[in-house]
Amino acid sequence: MAAALRLKLKNIVKEYPGCRANDGIDLTVEAGEIHALLGENGAGKSTLMKVIYGVVQPDEGRMLWNGHEVRVTSPAQARSMGIGMVFQHFSLFETLTVAENIALSLPPFEARDRKRLDERIREVSERYGMALDPRRYVSTLSVGERQRVEIVRCLIQESTLLILDEPTSVLTPHEVSSLFATLRQLASEGCSILFISHKLEEVRNLCHNATVLRQGRVSGDCRPAEVSANDIARLMVGNDTPISTQVTAAEPGEVLLNVRALKWKSNDPFGTSLKSVALELRKGEIVGIAGVAGNGQDELLKALSGEILVDAGSISLDGRGIENLAPNQRRNLGVAIVPEERLGRGAVPNMTLADNALLTASGQGLVNRGLIRFGRVREFSREVIRRFGVRCNDESSTAGSLSGGNLQKYIIGREALQNPRLLVASHPTWGVDVGSAVAIHEALVQLRDAGAAIVLISEDLDELYQLCNRLGALCNGRLSPLASTSELSIEQLGQWMAGEFESAEVNHVAA
Amino acid sequence: MELLTNVLAATVVAGTPLLLVALGELICERSGVLNLGQEGMMLMGAVAGFVAALTSGSLVVGVAAAILAGIGMSLLFAFMAVSLAANQYAAGLALTIFGTGLSAFLGAGFVGQSIDGFTRVAIPFLSDIPVLGRVLFDQDPLVYLSLMAFAGVAIFLRQTRGGLLLRAVGEDPEAANANGLNVLVLRYLAVAFGGGMAGLAGAYLSLAYTPLWTENMTAGRGWIALALVVFATWRPERVVLGAYLFGAASILHLVLQGLGWKSSTELLAMLPYVVTILMLVLLSWNPGRTRLNTPLSLGQPYRPGR
Amino acid sequence: MLLLERRPVDSSLMRWTSPLLALVLTVTTGFVLFLSMGKDPMDGLKFFFITPISDLMGLAELGLKMAPLLLCAAGLTVCYRAKLWNIGAEGHFLMGALGASIMAVWLVDADGFWVLPVVLLAGTLAGMLWAAVASGLKTHLHCNEILTTIMLNYIALNLLLYVVHGPLKDPYGFGFPQSVMFADSALLPALIPGTRLHLGLAFGLLAAVLVWVLFARSFIGFQLNVVGQDHRAAAFAGFGARRLTWFAFLVGGATAGLAGASEVTGPIGQLVPQVSPGYGYTAIIVVFLGRMHALGIVVASALLALTFIGGEMLQIAMNMPKAVTGLFQGLLLFYLLICDAFIHYRIRLKWPSRQTTIAAKTVTGDA
Repeated sequence: MAAALRLKLKNIVKEYPGCRANDGIDLTVEAGEIHALLGENGAGKSTLMKVIYGVVQPDEGRMLWNGHEVRVTSPAQARSMGIGMVFQHFSLFETLTVAENIALSLPPFEARDRKRLDERIREVSERYGMALDPRRYVSTLSVGERQRVEIVRCLIQESTLLILDEPTSVLTPHEVSSLFATLRQLASEGCSILFISHKLEEVRNLCHNATVLRQGRVSGDCRPAEVSANDIARLMVGNDTPISTQVTAAEPGEVLLNVRALKWKSNDPFGTSLKSVALELRKGEIVGIAGVAGNGQDELLKALSGEILVDAGSISLDGRGIENLAPNQRRNLGVAIVPEERLGRGAVPNMTLADNALLTASGQGLVNRGLIRFGRVREFSREVIRRFGVRCNDESSTAGSLSGGNLQKYIIGREALQNPRLLVASHPTWGVDVGSAVAIHEALVQLRDAGAAIVLISEDLDELYQLCNRLGALCNGRLSPLASTSELSIEQLGQWMAGEFESAEVNHVAA
Repeated sequence: MELLTNVLAATVVAGTPLLLVALGELICERSGVLNLGQEGMMLMGAVAGFVAALTSGSLVVGVAAAILAGIGMSLLFAFMAVSLAANQYAAGLALTIFGTGLSAFLGAGFVGQSIDGFTRVAIPFLSDIPVLGRVLFDQDPLVYLSLMAFAGVAIFLRQTRGGLLLRAVGEDPEAANANGLNVLVLRYLAVAFGGGMAGLAGAYLSLAYTPLWTENMTAGRGWIALALVVFATWRPERVVLGAYLFGAASILHLVLQGLGWKSSTELLAMLPYVVTILMLVLLSWNPGRTRLNTPLSLGQPYRPGR
Repeated sequence: MLLLERRPVDSSLMRWTSPLLALVLTVTTGFVLFLSMGKDPMDGLKFFFITPISDLMGLAELGLKMAPLLLCAAGLTVCYRAKLWNIGAEGHFLMGALGASIMAVWLVDADGFWVLPVVLLAGTLAGMLWAAVASGLKTHLHCNEILTTIMLNYIALNLLLYVVHGPLKDPYGFGFPQSVMFADSALLPALIPGTRLHLGLAFGLLAAVLVWVLFARSFIGFQLNVVGQDHRAAAFAGFGARRLTWFAFLVGGATAGLAGASEVTGPIGQLVPQVSPGYGYTAIIVVFLGRMHALGIVVASALLALTFIGGEMLQIAMNMPKAVTGLFQGLLLFYLLICDAFIHYRIRLKWPSRQTTIAAKTVTGDA
């Protein structure tokens, strides 16, 4: 392997009010190297990446690019130097075509000849096994295809360092392996890749070297293929945090939730319609729903919560049809929901924790004849904070001031304290630190043991395999059959996520 | 036939101020900024145009002053809504209330005066086309200007890189910023264009349509134009159609009186407003289509670096 | 070099000093304006702000103008808290005046304590009806409420003009477009004998108290706040947006309708074309200036009532155009919004050489 230095960072410091996001970070990436940047959320990965790409300027430190000291002041400069970036939330415009999107980031003189640009896009995308039609509108592309547009855009700009921010979180296992093939091909041609992730197995599989960050500092460097996932995890979280929950198996009881032929047509041109979803859930059972974001997860959650109303006869709780009940009425029957968006849906950012308790727990005697009983609201809120170890000043802190993990503990706690019979949780540990994730998993298992039925919607396959009795996948608004976790291979689940299954409803009728 | 031609010609005249202001707002909204201050900017354009034309004796000076007044007002809005990322609804409302008050104050001494406004200039040959010639090519110069503005806006949005940048900024300012576009500058330019067009529309009222100044002479046209842009799903061709449709609605009482129909002026004067509401209702038949065409970031303030 | 920097936490001090700052800026602008027009600025400000309220009569006039503003603003506060941009108070007001007038003319020969309540109720219901149109268009047909309420304002104005020029026109009114004078039994009693100040102000203050109870104590007020701050959280919690929209609009229509009814049964005593000098629009400024808070709108409505009488005073005393009222109101709202920016931002004095670091600091990122 060529040992030419592509990028060298020395002692990068970046401070935000109240937080030292990067505290003396050193990083070296060689030409043709796939280098992993590992760390929990909040470890400083995003900040470091923004420093390299010129989005923010470091307070201290030096950056060497191909051996020369540089100061990157803007993304445009970074791009002209040969640094390309693939964002986690893509920076594409849905109402423009692939070619228009790519033209936007090229200098005007290069973008003028659209025909030539179309040809270059075809040429580059085919060469790296990422077939793309330049004339298609981005809104019609799948998430995986959109990622290809971003990568192709970097390649057309002749990037020699490609930064990918959590690129696999939006892909099916099959798409992940084809992405890895592309990345390996690129690296073999001398392109350096900085691969940002928190998924250890992927990193061990793909990357030559890894730098691990914790609380803004480098906590270690390693060759991921040569050390165990557990060792890397220790570098990420330190020694005093539990890494995972021990989940004991449990015997499910009788059927609580019955979803049959659930259909819903989306008005929203960017939404997903639900097609004949069928699902049976027993008391004391956790059922996991895997799938790539945007395949109907949000719609399914809303159909169960009552935010969207569906046909009569398609959802019953304990034998009673609940399709036409509003969210608050369902909550009175023991349905609790933890939505994917913590801020702006599960909680109102500018309101206090106490007020946010009132959001869903008003039925717990917190309101009397239309007037709020503030004493009880505060008491309930304090109870949640105490029982679930939410770190905050007190119940009058605003929801927006809490870290992701602490707010999520508060939201889960708020629902758990209402002793729900059915809990639907979407991505409960997404973007949450490991310590909080473990606490959240424990809370879910405790609820299950108390007899609640739980639907867990997640993109994190490890989490699903760890917690769930049965698993299925959503693809394009259809739900696969559910299979017992112990009997379902990850390859099979991956095929389901890609839509390769007979609809569950068909199975149901056949059975 | 003669009557029809006359009615169509009057329709175009009545629709022209709406067309001007709606084209400006269309560009502004395509950049993601909703400026509810159209009424205020139009009024300022109307008063500035009238006063400048009256004192200078030149209609061209009047038009220039109106455009500058519109731009000036829009920059105040841009400062609040773009630079300070204030709530666009509130800032636009403030602009309308401020513009209404300021124009009434500035124009107080000019109420009751009149000038010789723009007159019709027939375009040779084109104006000889039956019906259409009289309707479109035997009008005052500002009507021709409005048609050119329409062509310019349509071409700009479809064919130019500038149009692409504008659409990109309106759809997703975060992504535009990540792509290295200067969101704030583009939005300032779009808002200023909208202001200039609103000022011009005001000048059309006070220099061509009824060459005099009265308080609140726009009579809600700025608001109708806002509805028009939504109804046209942000497309220039449909803005033209909609503007002339409203033009027709607002001269209907004249037509009916001409036909000897007896009805109250006040009731017929409601017509354009009723039509506006009906148009908004019609839109609701297909919310998906509206949503598909709405600039995605419309009305949301953008703060760089968040 | 001056730079705007986002505050880590919104300034609550600024939230309440911003209206005062806006007032100071407006007065300063007025000062400059008087100077530029060759008038004595001290005199001008005195005639605008002090003279109108220097005696009991003046104070009573202030209360008289305050009543419709406060009533309209109380209803709008309920709407704006839920981020329903109801611009239709003017239309509700006009319909309230119209409805009350029709009832009062119909009952012109009636006598009894019940006449006034019936007339006021007719006005209130007419205001609610007009608000219900906008509410229905919003909840069932998804029409933007800003545009529909504005259009409904123009329609209401033309409807009122039609009625006053037509069906309700006093046949013995020498051709003036106005209704007959209402019966005494349909007139609001005076609050202070000998002045024009009537019971309407009490309605306004009561409305402000109810608004306070609604938002400080009640669950429905909490729900309105949640809808306003975060409609997705409200949908998630199951706070029916439709139901709350209807509630807010109907309250807005009722208060503004009552204001309109109080105006024709109070100082005017008949229906005339110029029932409102724009109370419904000015009430929008009252709500913003009063921070959508009960006590705030009481103070703000007094201030804006003053701009109406102050404008008239300047016209009489200094021969200024009456439009100065609108100008002051516009300036005030305008400065307010600019000052409000400093709730979220602060100004920093920095040298350009360090600019890049500062600009970067405003990025709060997910560090």
